[in-house]
Amino acid sequence: MQEQLAQLKAEVLEKIAAAQDLKQLNDVRVAYLGKKGPITDLLKGMGKLPQEERPKMGALVNETRAQVQEVLDARKVELEAAALDAQLESETIDVTLPGRTVKVGNHHPLTRIIEEIEDLFIGMGYEVAEGPEVEKDYYNFEALNLPKGHPARDMQDTFYISEEILMRTHTSPVQARTMEKAQGKPIRIICPGKVFRRDNDDATHSHQFNQIEGLVVGEDIAMSDLKGTLDLFAKKMFGEDREIRLRPSYFPFTEPSVEMDISCFKCGGEGCNVCKGTGWIEILGAGMVHPNVLEMAGYDPKKVTGFAFGMGPERIAMLKYGVDDIRHFYTNDVRFLEQFHRAED
Amino acid sequence: MLVSLKWLSQYVDISGLEPEELAEKITRSGIEVEAVNHLSKGLKKLQIGQIKEATPHPDSDHLNICQVDFGEEELAQIVCGAPNVAVGQKIVAVRPNGYVGGKKIKKGKLRGTVSMGMICSLQELGIDGKTVPKAYADGIYVVSDDVPVGADAIEVLGLDDVVLELGLTPNRADAMSMLGVAYEVAAILDQEITLPDTAHETIAEKAADVIKVSVEDTKLNPMYAAKVVKNVKVAESPLWLQQYLMVSGIRPLNNIVDITNYILLEYGQPLHAFDYDQLGTGEIAVRLATEGEAIKTLDEKDRTLKATNLVITNGEKPVAVAGVMGGFDSEVTEATTTVVIESAYFDGLSVRYTSKDLGLRSEASARFEKGLDPNRVLPAAERAAQLMAELAGGDVLEGTVLVDELDKEPARVVVSPDFINNRLGMKISLNEMVSILKRLRFDVEPANGLLIIDAPTRRQDIKIEEDIVEEIARLYGYDEIPTTLPVAEIVPGHLNRNQQVRRTIRYQLEEAGLYQALTYSLTSDALAQKYALETAPTTRLLMPMSEERSTLRQSVLPHLIESLVYNISRQADTVALYEIGSVFLGETAEGLPLEREHVALAMTGKWVENAWQGEHKQVDFFVLKGALEALFEKLSVADRITYVAAKVDGMHPGRTADILLDGERIGFLGQLHPQEQKNLGVKDTFVAEFNLAQVLAADIAPLQYVAVPRFPSISRDIALVVDRTTTAASLEEIITAAGGKLLKAVNVFDVYEGDHMEAGKKSIAFSLTYFDPERTLTDEDVTAVHDKVVAALQENGVTLR
Repeated sequence: MQEQLAQLKAEVLEKIAAAQDLKQLNDVRVAYLGKKGPITDLLKGMGKLPQEERPKMGALVNETRAQVQEVLDARKVELEAAALDAQLESETIDVTLPGRTVKVGNHHPLTRIIEEIEDLFIGMGYEVAEGPEVEKDYYNFEALNLPKGHPARDMQDTFYISEEILMRTHTSPVQARTMEKAQGKPIRIICPGKVFRRDNDDATHSHQFNQIEGLVVGEDIAMSDLKGTLDLFAKKMFGEDREIRLRPSYFPFTEPSVEMDISCFKCGGEGCNVCKGTGWIEILGAGMVHPNVLEMAGYDPKKVTGFAFGMGPERIAMLKYGVDDIRHFYTNDVRFLEQFHRAED
Repeated sequence: MLVSLKWLSQYVDISGLEPEELAEKITRSGIEVEAVNHLSKGLKKLQIGQIKEATPHPDSDHLNICQVDFGEEELAQIVCGAPNVAVGQKIVAVRPNGYVGGKKIKKGKLRGTVSMGMICSLQELGIDGKTVPKAYADGIYVVSDDVPVGADAIEVLGLDDVVLELGLTPNRADAMSMLGVAYEVAAILDQEITLPDTAHETIAEKAADVIKVSVEDTKLNPMYAAKVVKNVKVAESPLWLQQYLMVSGIRPLNNIVDITNYILLEYGQPLHAFDYDQLGTGEIAVRLATEGEAIKTLDEKDRTLKATNLVITNGEKPVAVAGVMGGFDSEVTEATTTVVIESAYFDGLSVRYTSKDLGLRSEASARFEKGLDPNRVLPAAERAAQLMAELAGGDVLEGTVLVDELDKEPARVVVSPDFINNRLGMKISLNEMVSILKRLRFDVEPANGLLIIDAPTRRQDIKIEEDIVEEIARLYGYDEIPTTLPVAEIVPGHLNRNQQVRRTIRYQLEEAGLYQALTYSLTSDALAQKYALETAPTTRLLMPMSEERSTLRQSVLPHLIESLVYNISRQADTVALYEIGSVFLGETAEGLPLEREHVALAMTGKWVENAWQGEHKQVDFFVLKGALEALFEKLSVADRITYVAAKVDGMHPGRTADILLDGERIGFLGQLHPQEQKNLGVKDTFVAEFNLAQVLAADIAPLQYVAVPRFPSISRDIALVVDRTTTAASLEEIITAAGGKLLKAVNVFDVYEGDHMEAGKKSIAFSLTYFDPERTLTDEDVTAVHDKVVAALQENGVTLR
């Protein structure tokens, strides 16, 4: 019987070694260690042995069984590892193939500029104010110190709808309306919006374009506050090392009036094609709110002062991104729009 | 305004400054110099020569072979193609290896004949064709006989000059004259100024004896000065005068007209010269025109006047439109011998409106409109008389015939130094202020801590204290102003709800794959109401520039679709765009159209595209609907939105739905009508537009947490066979009503029609989810409810599959 056991052990160990996969191994296990297997048969056959041999033989069988089990387990680990390797091997993909396309659109470049400016000024306590695109002559001109027949009306060729109604030529009527509504209270607003001028559309002109204006009204607002605000804006919008300079200019609704240049963000002021060799780029017009404008809106210009500034998102986008034709902003060519996909400039 | 620096230096010393330096100083202190033009740029080796011989070129019908004397031993042969070339002329030629227009001219051959350089026209020398005297407009320029041959032509023609191009703002009318610019430059450079001397001799005869002047309305014409000059010889002006006019943008005509234009530029005072004999009446009478009265103006156009137009008459008929343009019949010609000089002050608004009425703007009207210096009317007239005596040999009659009710007092402004410093946020000393104002030639007197200022009358823009603030600031230098920030109570800025929602929509639709588009508010009449959710009277421009941009839109879609088509016609196969924009409806109480914000979407092409995995899904109705559903979800109204099949003009009749919010139509979505698609050249295209204002008006319950389910839910599926026209929404309604509180969700998971189905029928399968937040549902609980659902469906004639 011992011999039989030894032979059986040798046989099963050989089969275990020969098993090439987990199924074969399991078959071996079932065949030899299962309830109907030869080892179990041996145990069952122990009843025929003399009483005194039984324990010894039993121990031997169990020992053999345990040894076989141990080898079998070891082989199982081996085969499992091999099977996993094989699976991984077969599941290997070409990671350089393109990922599934997730179609995502993006903001129009002008919205991108406008939101950036809005957020910047909201951070400084400004509200965003809006008004109608079709305006009264009164708010577009008269309330802004541009009475009928004023020569400066020529600066803005106007689409009239009737004698008294027009397509607004700037977002300044929003300022006039806001002041009128504020009834003498302080104001800090930023006004983005579409405006219209009688212009033929070409690379640098558009009969419809956007403007953003800012207005601050309160006690003791000085020109230095305007300069400080613009300086902060220039640095946040165009880079911390930007410098600004103010040049005298003229707008009927401000006095004094200035234009603001920033040091060129492309060449840093040395002169290049963006700044046309001057080192400076004209960005916006500004000034101290004209006392007539304050007075018409119900403020006492002796007590209250203010500043205003205005700029064109199209111009800023063209400078910032190097866009060469203003019409791109309104033809909505996807090949143009999709270039403004990334989150940061 | 074009400013010749040679001319300017007659009044103010600008030596020692490079033109660019001067330009920078002028720009930084108030008037933008838009360009600095060196007239001699690109010119080299230009000489005056005299044509000694000219023979036609044997191989050409227009070329002449000229032998030109440059004062050298030998004549130089130059081939010339100008029609006006003639023997004896003194001309300007570029010699071999010289330059014109930046181009090198070499010794060369023209049709086989050697040419040693080129005889030049003024245009070739860089003079604007519009200002070249008519006699030389189509040929070479001929200089007067007294110029020596061999002379440097750049000097002779005054091209050794630099011209500044000033971009003038409407307030600085004073700088529309050389003297005005001279005052500005003198202030900037702190220099003296030299005014022209107008002294001249007169003859005994009195102007008042030959001409009468009367003015009907001295509000519109507060001052009129007339001088008379006899025995003038009308001829070409001397070269220096022609040159100054040309570089200033005015075409020389003859000495008399050139003198009036010269003074217009020098003083900023428009003048007019009448031919006394053509006036015929010895009378000048200024009055309003009668309605429909006619005049032929200098530009030889017949014009019809309105009763509001001011005219100069000879007592009988108009001879000039006041401040705008002279009349043709009384213009100075070569035959003129006696001239009446008009120097007048007309009301700016009146000139502006008349010039608008006639569609006629002139150098004169541009100046009257903005306001003249009342104290220059007389000096300008004197200066004209002086030059006519000097340059046209005229005899000036004694005296000036005048109507004068013009206020010539300077504007007085009283301002405190504190006011100025407070406005600027800085500290400029009183002395510094006084010094700046004196440089500007303002009369200033400090008294009791105030500055009492009389601004010179040429500065019509100085009226109030703030104007003084600007004068001080611009000459003191804006660079000197410190940078501060407004001091005020801190108020947090924020977007209002509309603005926030707009941003939410942008991000949501972009996440759904759409790009933000911007289109025009102005459209054609034909497109203004296409796809409009609601139509109202349209708003049209008074004077559109084109029919295409004549009317305000009442829907956003037409232009958005146009943009989509634009992309498709440029090889794009997939386009997804949205726009948030205003439409314009009717008229509100304020008289303005109602402006309402709409959201529009347009999609065509692929929705899913994974080329190498072979997945391509085309955009369809449900892709667009899904994008809208997700958006309404974000806007918290999804559960109040329903979709109902609808017919909309231009849309596919079977694939269009109205979008309802709380049962009210707020917009529509669907596919463009196949015929429309064909016309546009696009494949299946899906569009939507809705009224954002209605969405914003919906009351939204505040966001509240609902307990996460602690008990499992149970789902049951049912497949139904219904008519093809039965809508999912109607079935869902029956199911929901019957399902009661325990029915948590109903979802369509399969729709089938075609083979295996009876004709006109379809199968539609729902998954129903039952849930009780209080307990675990038993099979029996669910069966009880589910049976009710099934029964309700059967009652409504629905067959279970």
